[in-house]
Amino acid sequence: MTTEVVITGLGATTPLGGDVTSTWDALRSGKSGVVALTEDWVDRYDLPVRIAAKLAVDPSDSLPRVQARRWDRCEQVAVIAAREAWLHAGAPEVEPERLAVVIGTGIGGAITLLGQDDLLENAGVRKVSPLTIPMLMPNGPAAHVGLDLGARGGVHAPVAACASGAEALAIAWRMLRAGEVDVVVAGGAEACITPITLAGFAQMRAMSTRNNEPERASRPFDMARDGFVLGEGAGVMVMERGDFAAARGATRHARLAGVGTSSDGHHITAPEPEGIGAARAISAALRTAGLAKTDIDHVNAHATATTVGDVAEAAAIRTAIGDHTVVTAPKGALGHLLGAAGAVEGLACVLALRDGVVPPTLNLEDADPGVRLDVATGSAREMKLTAAVNDSFGFGGHNVALAFISA
Amino acid sequence: MTNEEILKGIAEIVNEVAGVETSEITPEKSFVDELDIDSLSMVEIAVQVEDRFGVKVPDEVLANLKTVGDAVDYVAKTTIT
Repeated sequence: MTTEVVITGLGATTPLGGDVTSTWDALRSGKSGVVALTEDWVDRYDLPVRIAAKLAVDPSDSLPRVQARRWDRCEQVAVIAAREAWLHAGAPEVEPERLAVVIGTGIGGAITLLGQDDLLENAGVRKVSPLTIPMLMPNGPAAHVGLDLGARGGVHAPVAACASGAEALAIAWRMLRAGEVDVVVAGGAEACITPITLAGFAQMRAMSTRNNEPERASRPFDMARDGFVLGEGAGVMVMERGDFAAARGATRHARLAGVGTSSDGHHITAPEPEGIGAARAISAALRTAGLAKTDIDHVNAHATATTVGDVAEAAAIRTAIGDHTVVTAPKGALGHLLGAAGAVEGLACVLALRDGVVPPTLNLEDADPGVRLDVATGSAREMKLTAAVNDSFGFGGHNVALAFISA
Repeated sequence: MTNEEILKGIAEIVNEVAGVETSEITPEKSFVDELDIDSLSMVEIAVQVEDRFGVKVPDEVLANLKTVGDAVDYVAKTTIT
């Protein structure tokens, strides 16, 4: 009998709320986390993008001063989300050697890199923090969560751009299925709302410039979409071998039944336009989960609101699952959390299954005729759900799909 | 500057960098073994000591500042009064 992978704890800090409950409540009720940026650098650099989905609760509010000082913002959100997930799981008693951490990020400590470079330029080498490297390294979020929990069964930091968080959950699933460890704390973290990231994405013409209407800017699947809105945050899950969770009497919120990964082999940033690689990842997730297309009630889509990406993904969903499934695109509300996106959205899948609710997609008013899917809009749709897919894609042609089933 | 004033200044720096309560920071305490300060924080503390007291703390000196008292004595003898 194959090992079940059960989800026993959830943690998050997002533009919609400082924890899972507030995030999920806001997502269900159709609130937006996108705001106008008020930082002085927006004017200084005359940035074409003046909106972002900033954290609802600043991480330094809930961390001791010294930790806030020694950790990059992306490390802070990772630890905050991991602590919530760990407590939610009932702080499992597990041998440290049987506990692993997998936390992905897309960018890592960009805020540290920029800030320390300013110090080097303006004040010289002696002012550069000796913590610069551990604060900017992309394995920093995973490493700090591992230290915080005393994990000794391995700490991993997948980097797959906007698929990093989903890839972390996929790797955790594989580790548990292989019997390497009993418990994995897995997810993604990102915090890089900086002038250079906004400028870089804007120069790709990948971002929305609907600056005068922040809440209406992120428009997945809509005809008037003009790119994504950069967000920040973290999502973390406690995942366990089913027998281990059963032995300790843990509450099961859902199961991760299968995962699929693929690569487009097409272009460094553009998705393969027919969604062939994405469809292969979704099909692999269904196959490893032992699910048929018709089993999938719900898809939590990647849909970043770029012109090309949304249509390619819709094609992939129709190919790999069909048009019967109820789709939501949470980036309309959350913005794009890059390396945290797949983890936070995977978490939303778990909650959708648990509560029988599909959150609405914000700002989908005039669907692109290329989409041809049943996308939930307006208000949350209450329905019985037994199986849900979350898909994530990243620059580089990374495709990750996760198949969740109810507990 | 008196040794008490130097101690007070160093305690504020150690508190700022490593979060140790200033009341814990007494001359006989070892930075590493008793105050649990790592080598990265020691570098930050040295830079702040340089700025605050106008002294130089070369790496070979820093390596020999085992206790808070060592640091106070070094600053006292290096500061031109």
